[in-house]
Parts: sequence; C-alpha cells; structure tokens
Amino acid sequence: MLRGGPAGARNAPSLEQINAEVFTLTYGSIVRQLISDFEDIEEVNKQLEQMGYNMGIRLVDEFLAKAKITRCSSFRDTADVVAKQALPMFLNVSANVANWNPDQTECSLILTDNPLADFVELPEEYRELKYCNVLAGVVRGALEMVNMEVECRWVSDMLKGDDCYELRIKLNEHRDERFPFKDDD
Amino acid sequence: MNARQPPKHSLNIVDRPLSKNRSEVPTVSLSAFAYLFSEYIQYLVDRANSISELEDRLEKVGFEVGLRVLELLSYRDKVLRRKTDVLDILRFIHGPAWQYLFGKTADDLQQAANGDDEYYIRDYDLLVSRYISVPRSYEPFNPGTLAAGIMRGMLDSAGFPARVTAHFVSHKDRQRPITTFMIKLEPSVMQRQAYLEAAKKG
Repeated sequence: MLRGGPAGARNAPSLEQINAEVFTLTYGSIVRQLISDFEDIEEVNKQLEQMGYNMGIRLVDEFLAKAKITRCSSFRDTADVVAKQALPMFLNVSANVANWNPDQTECSLILTDNPLADFVELPEEYRELKYCNVLAGVVRGALEMVNMEVECRWVSDMLKGDDCYELRIKLNEHRDERFPFKDDD
Repeated sequence: MNARQPPKHSLNIVDRPLSKNRSEVPTVSLSAFAYLFSEYIQYLVDRANSISELEDRLEKVGFEVGLRVLELLSYRDKVLRRKTDVLDILRFIHGPAWQYLFGKTADDLQQAANGDDEYYIRDYDLLVSRYISVPRSYEPFNPGTLAAGIMRGMLDSAGFPARVTAHFVSHKDRQRPITTFMIKLEPSVMQRQAYLEAAKKG
C-alpha cells in the first residue's frame, strides 16, 4: 500500500494513499460516461454536484474523526479548515482562502493544483461543463452536515483558460441541530 | 456570462510536457477514491436495469482508464520495446502495472489448465473494492469489475484483445474472499502467438 500524506500539513494525519493518476483517470472516465448518458450539459453539471453532495455528507464524518480540530467558531474558521486541512488530507493539495465579502459570509477557495483535472482539455462543445463540479458538491454536503447551509459555485476554472480554480462559497444560514425525533413521541 | 478568452496555451494538450513526470508517483487519499467509486456505483445502481448492465458500465469506465494507463506507463518506462508475447504483457500487468495502480504487485499469475488462452491473476485484497460490500440481492456483482476493465483496456491498447472478468473466490485462510480475474484472450491473439512461435523455431 502506498503510504504518505501531504508534505507540509501539520495537523492532517496521513491516510492510506492511492495513485493520484488512477483517481484522475477514473474521474475523467466517469465524467465522460455521464456526458454520454445525459444529452444536456447542465444535467451533467447537476449530476456531478449531486454526486459530490452524497460524497460530502459521508466524507465529513471521516474528516472529523481523523483530524484533530477544535470547534470552529465562525464561518471564517470553517473556510480555513476546509482549505488548509480537509483538502490536503483528502486530495493532497492545499488551497487559499480569499476574497471575503464585508459580511464575512462569502469567500473564495483558490486552488492552483487540482488532481481531478490533470491531463484534461475541454473541447469547445463542452464549454459549459463544470468539470470539477463534484468538488462543489462535496463542500456543500460536508458543510450541511455541520449545520451550515452554503452555496458553492465555480468562478474560475483553469480548464477554461483562467489561471487558477476558484470556488465561491456563500453561507446562507446556520441551521440549528435538527433532532430526528419530535419531543412528544 | 461573458465569453471566455481562448486558453493561453497555444500547444495542444498532447504536446505539452507531462508536468507530473516526477520519480515518485503523486497520490491522493484512498478515501477520496473510495467515496468517488462508491458514489458512481450508487449512480449506476439507480440507472442500470440489471446487474449485467451495471457490470458492463463499470467495466467501460475501467476500460477507458486502462487504455490511458498503458500509454502513460509505456511513455515513462525506460525500455521502449513493445511487448509482443502474451506472457510478457501478462507479467507486465501482474507486476509493474499493478504496482503503479495499487501500490503492490498482484499476488498470483496462473495459466488455466483447460486452455492456453485463459489466464488467472489473483489479488488477495483488491484496493478498490476494500470498502464496498455487496448485498445478497446483487450477488454476482463484483466491484473488482472496474479493475477488470482497466486490465482489458491495457490489454486492448497493447494489441491483445481479451475478455476479463472478476470473481470472488473464498479462501479458507482469509476472512475476505480473493478477487480472481479471468483473462480470456481472443482467438486472433492465439493465432498470432502460434505464428510467432513457429517463426522463432523455424
């Protein structure tokens, strides 16, 4: 088994590793299959985001179990944790947080290196495809499980000619803990 | 939305140098892969009408990966000779290719007793299916089909068309069943093999 983790991370434990290129190629294959299943690119984008959401709701459990972090006191903290601990732990890349709005409810995650999109070139007819949309879904799913309802969308995409990947995260609301049982049962 | 500018690179993607041509292989966590894989299987379960369709689609994903993996490995390999012998390509898959894909060589390579076009490769603990459990209602389904697809892609890309299927075989010494891949090479390959051997002797 391949062992190792991100080189510079302090708190992130090293999870068991797999060859990144297998991951990249498998993801590419999956995107291609989705494109041939759905006629409409918007549908593919939605499907990718939905898949990411399902992954995120389970991934956050593993993250919380393995990373030794204290409770986040604000959305700012949360964004930092996602960028500097969660992404390195799972994808061995780190991101920067930037472009905060004055309310502190919106920020951007900036990635320069994205293992999902290595070796990829987007042809003209798939200009509308948000290739990395699964990542947007993962962040949305993970944060929803810790009671933060967010919206994630891609603002910059290196596959479309920009110079970095920028994911804009907008906090809609903090939800209180919802108990699955009613009090009078 | 404004129209985006055309990409700044003027080179085609295949002309660009492989930036990740480092000596050690970059990695991501197995969890990331496992989540992606299980999510895709979930997506397929919802859409496929039968187990064999499910397996076919999963195998197709692996096939495309395998095509590209072989090209990548051949490009990076110091020796640039193409493999023309069946045993050579199988040993390559069992050894360097498995090592690259899953971090260790496969455990067993065996020729079937009943035909020289059938071979078995075994892996005692297939990395990709470690976190997948198959319920009884989906019994014949094997998530190792993804790896079977990768192997078929590699064999096809190398010029050895074959059928590869994955099976679980329970072993008395091990808790989890072993994944066995059955590789059945096509008759055209066997004909060519026989021709090559005759040419070598004659």
